[in-house]
Amino acid sequence: MILNEQQLAENNRKSMSSYLAPRVRDIQPSGIRKFFDLVSGNKDIITLGVGEPDFVTPWHVREACVYSLERGFTGYTSNAGMPELREAIAEYLNDSFHVTYNPANEIIVTVGGSEAIDLALRALIVPGDEILIPEPCYISYSPIASIGGGVPVGIETTAEHHFKLTAEALEAQITPKSKILILCYPSNPTGAIMTYEDWLPIAEVVEKHDLIVISDEIYAELTYEGKHVSFASMPGMMDRTILVSGFSKAFAMTGWRMGYVCAHSDLIAAMLKIHQYTVMCAPAMGQVAALEALRNGMGEKDRMVESYNQRRRLVVQGLREIGLDCHEPQGAFYAFPSIKGTGLGSEEFAQRLLTEAKVAAVPGTAFGLGGEGFIRCSYATSIAQLNEALERMGNFVGKIK
Amino acid sequence: MEELSELKLKVLDLLKEDARRSPALLSTLLGVEEEEVKTSIAELERDHVIVKYATVVNWGKVEDEKVTALIEVQITPERGRGFEGIAERIYLFPQVKSVYLMSGAYDLLVEVEGGNLREVANFVSEKLSPIDSVLSTKTNFILKKYKQDGIIFEERQEDNRLLISP
Repeated sequence: MILNEQQLAENNRKSMSSYLAPRVRDIQPSGIRKFFDLVSGNKDIITLGVGEPDFVTPWHVREACVYSLERGFTGYTSNAGMPELREAIAEYLNDSFHVTYNPANEIIVTVGGSEAIDLALRALIVPGDEILIPEPCYISYSPIASIGGGVPVGIETTAEHHFKLTAEALEAQITPKSKILILCYPSNPTGAIMTYEDWLPIAEVVEKHDLIVISDEIYAELTYEGKHVSFASMPGMMDRTILVSGFSKAFAMTGWRMGYVCAHSDLIAAMLKIHQYTVMCAPAMGQVAALEALRNGMGEKDRMVESYNQRRRLVVQGLREIGLDCHEPQGAFYAFPSIKGTGLGSEEFAQRLLTEAKVAAVPGTAFGLGGEGFIRCSYATSIAQLNEALERMGNFVGKIK
Repeated sequence: MEELSELKLKVLDLLKEDARRSPALLSTLLGVEEEEVKTSIAELERDHVIVKYATVVNWGKVEDEKVTALIEVQITPERGRGFEGIAERIYLFPQVKSVYLMSGAYDLLVEVEGGNLREVANFVSEKLSPIDSVLSTKTNFILKKYKQDGIIFEERQEDNRLLISP
């Protein structure tokens, strides 16, 4: 009886959505969310839909955190993060990517790279500012820009240019309201990277139109051809660039939510205000783990990167053998094959692949402009699973072609 | 000792994880021609870098469990041959699974396997201790193996990631 009364009460509750801010209410649920609901009910699925490493955080990192908890390290840290951690981040960025930041006033440790992007956008956006976003891209940029009062403007990148951003494509979307360019290379979902030569013309356009760049380099370590080039390291771009990164991908630490943001001290000071009034500081135990990862985790990181690289070759070759066009992904852990040859759209292909072949991949349309005709296949899963998934996909594609 | 090429090291790493991986799979994973992989493996086998492709067995799962002991052995080295001759006398016994020369309080660490405690004890008293240069032995029976050759025996948790994530 009590249950029924509760249900009755539920049914009689009035809708509260009219109280919501329109800029939040009007945000569409992500295509990934829709697909997640579809997948959850299915059994015996092999998933190529996971956007995180298949490694568990290395034990020495977990152990360092456990030890700190045993020692009672459970209080706040300074707002910007533990000084030792900021120093370690500065040293790491300098050694690995040749960008120099002062740990005292140019770095904030954040709750994942996501918070860093939110901080940067909220600190910069004046309502109506246009935020340029090369797509297909990670699903959060455009909603965060909208919540911050900005107007997201997609820039389509194409397989023809290996999903790299070109100066022409960027220039074509610039208006007097353009203020911020969000970059994410190596790219989720395409696996595209940008070399020094690729960046040069982009830097020129950024300079010419006085843009600020938010460069999300969370996949920097997962670069397989050559070495990652940070946009902040490009001549003249240091002060214009807000560098966002974190520990999730390189050190297999997604659930820890440990990220950081580096920029000119004027910008960092503004972001720190938002950070200190909203989250106070990143979790202390996560910071201890992150410090351990930087101090003693490079060997393990290199082994994980080598393992992704091996599986990258396996998946790209497998997809091509199936008859799907697949540009060579040179970073992150995603392949982004074209499914145009099958005559199906991305969503239909992904749905049928799921129900008929029991393989989950994310339709390219979830990632914005230019995603139609592609699916994202994460290869952060075991070799045995990848081989099985490729076989199932092969049978499926053979059947519908 | 020769310094191995990067390719050979990677081949060894992949085969150590799973010795049944085919040259075709290795060539895909490593992005080199299959012939190159085959040549590398042949050379590693020829040079006895790859000694054998064995199976790691969790005998704890099997009903008639074997008994394994690690025996610390102190010996007097032989003039001119050091420990080699004695080590050989010991490792030629089939019930001896491994022999290591150690630094520290004893000289050889000998792993002995038998069907039961008595078999192992008999081996120590009848074969090992009577060897002239063996000064003393200390037998440690293994009660449970948790991890061997980098492989954890306990069945691990499955992948508990979300099936789809951004």
